[in-house]
Amino acid sequence: MIVVDNLSRHFHRLKAVDELSFTIKPGEIVGFLGPNGAGKSTTMKMLTGFLEPTSGSIEINGQNMPGDAKALQEVIGYLPEGAPLYGDMTVFQFLCFIAGVRGLKGKRRKARLQNVIEQVELHDVLNRQIDKLSKGFRHRIGLAQAIIHDPDILILDEPTDGLDPNQKHEVRELIKKLSKEKIVIISTHILEEVSAVCNRALIIHEGKKLFDGTPYELQCRSRYHQAITLHFSYAADISGLAEIDGVEEMEIDRETGDITLFPEPGKLIMAPVTEHVSHFRLPVDKFTIETGRLDDVFREITIGKGA
Amino acid sequence: MRSLTIARREFGSFFATPIAYVYIAIFLVLSGVCTFFMGDFYARGQADLLPFFEFHPWLYLFLVPAIAMRSWAEEKKSGTIELLMTLPVSTTQTVIGKFLACWTILGLALLMTTPLWLTVNYLGSPDNGIIVAAYIGTWLMSGAFLAISQCLSAVSRSQVVAFVLSVVVCFIFVVSGSDIVIDAFKNWANNLVVDTVASFSFLTHFDAMAKGVLAASDVAYFVLVTASWLFASVIIIDENKAD
Repeated sequence: MIVVDNLSRHFHRLKAVDELSFTIKPGEIVGFLGPNGAGKSTTMKMLTGFLEPTSGSIEINGQNMPGDAKALQEVIGYLPEGAPLYGDMTVFQFLCFIAGVRGLKGKRRKARLQNVIEQVELHDVLNRQIDKLSKGFRHRIGLAQAIIHDPDILILDEPTDGLDPNQKHEVRELIKKLSKEKIVIISTHILEEVSAVCNRALIIHEGKKLFDGTPYELQCRSRYHQAITLHFSYAADISGLAEIDGVEEMEIDRETGDITLFPEPGKLIMAPVTEHVSHFRLPVDKFTIETGRLDDVFREITIGKGA
Repeated sequence: MRSLTIARREFGSFFATPIAYVYIAIFLVLSGVCTFFMGDFYARGQADLLPFFEFHPWLYLFLVPAIAMRSWAEEKKSGTIELLMTLPVSTTQTVIGKFLACWTILGLALLMTTPLWLTVNYLGSPDNGIIVAAYIGTWLMSGAFLAISQCLSAVSRSQVVAFVLSVVVCFIFVVSGSDIVIDAFKNWANNLVVDTVASFSFLTHFDAMAKGVLAASDVAYFVLVTASWLFASVIIIDENKAD
């Protein structure tokens, strides 16, 4: 359980984090969203004890963060932004070093090493020097070092940054596998990641919390949520579509010819629209129900409030 | 215990890169050059290692900052300091670990000069007790140089800045006992100030050690200098680790 209360961090005159408060319970996978420089990394650095807050408090499992830092760092796994690693070591040496510093010994150490090497699939590169590996591998090693002691709290700063789609998928699957009864916090600016991995989204901008809810709630904020997009195989009379009960607005994309019908807030318009289409025998060849465009919501929340 | 894990990693990384080899090689070559060409090892006609030890402060002045400059500057530059400082080790443990690793390499370089010792024993019959004492003394002094250099390496992200700063500060510690500095103080300061300045010098304290006298005050001086600079490192790193 993490309780953050009125957390602030100033760098000279810049307020990187500004009176941020939130609570995270075990089992939650929290996606930290925000534009670059929003204060995501700074917040994570304070949660892991790397930075001290200017004001406010962090309480983790009943202990205070800067105060009991060393005890808390035993139960936190952290992947810093950009996955910094000791490049002159081999992968195996590096993992052994982290296990050593984490105080793992004997059988447990061997078992944990085997476990993470298997989970993150590092067999093939164990004896390669870290500097000579690709970015994808470096991120995986960073992830392996973060989970080597089986932490209760996992904090990952942009874990999928710079990975190819296959690697992203693997990392996400890994995070999902890990996260039963644990707290996972990931920061990202990739929105699809939040709906793919997280069960809670926190949007921060200029150090302030702007949204806190499930990814679904975030989607609901989009005007595209439950909107219907149609395409006709040949020109047809569309004048009636805007008059359907529950449809608030109709938009036509002139390039593709797609017609999007936006529902009034809280209304479902699929049934009346299909009824209308079949009644007038409209030549529909494409019919999609939109789930909501997160990019738009994100822009609306961060730019709308920021301006 | 965790200090040792850190020390082992540091030690390994010195040998994974050519740094340790280069340091040891240059130290051996230069100490040889100093002993034989500048110290008149043979012409003196004495079976001792004084000409060898005499030049150590001047060798350390450049070589120790060179081997220590990366200690913290590189951690900061590559961002690994964030990884290190969020592991459950205290800053003190890390500082001690890094110091031990580097100090071991300095000791290793000294160990490799033993052929010189054997040579002296072959040529004559030196007082080996004096030589052992001088070896211990020079290793202690190298620790003081190292503590200063590692502390200043924590000041900046740039290794070059760290190197230059370390050389300057070490230089002050070396020359504060020399005539140049003492003369500058003599004109206006009283004896107490002059003595205090002189007593800060590595040269003053090392002089006796090079001759084989391990006085408690000299040993305590180097231990104290080392400890205070290590303590300063802890404070500096805690303050500016995120810069």
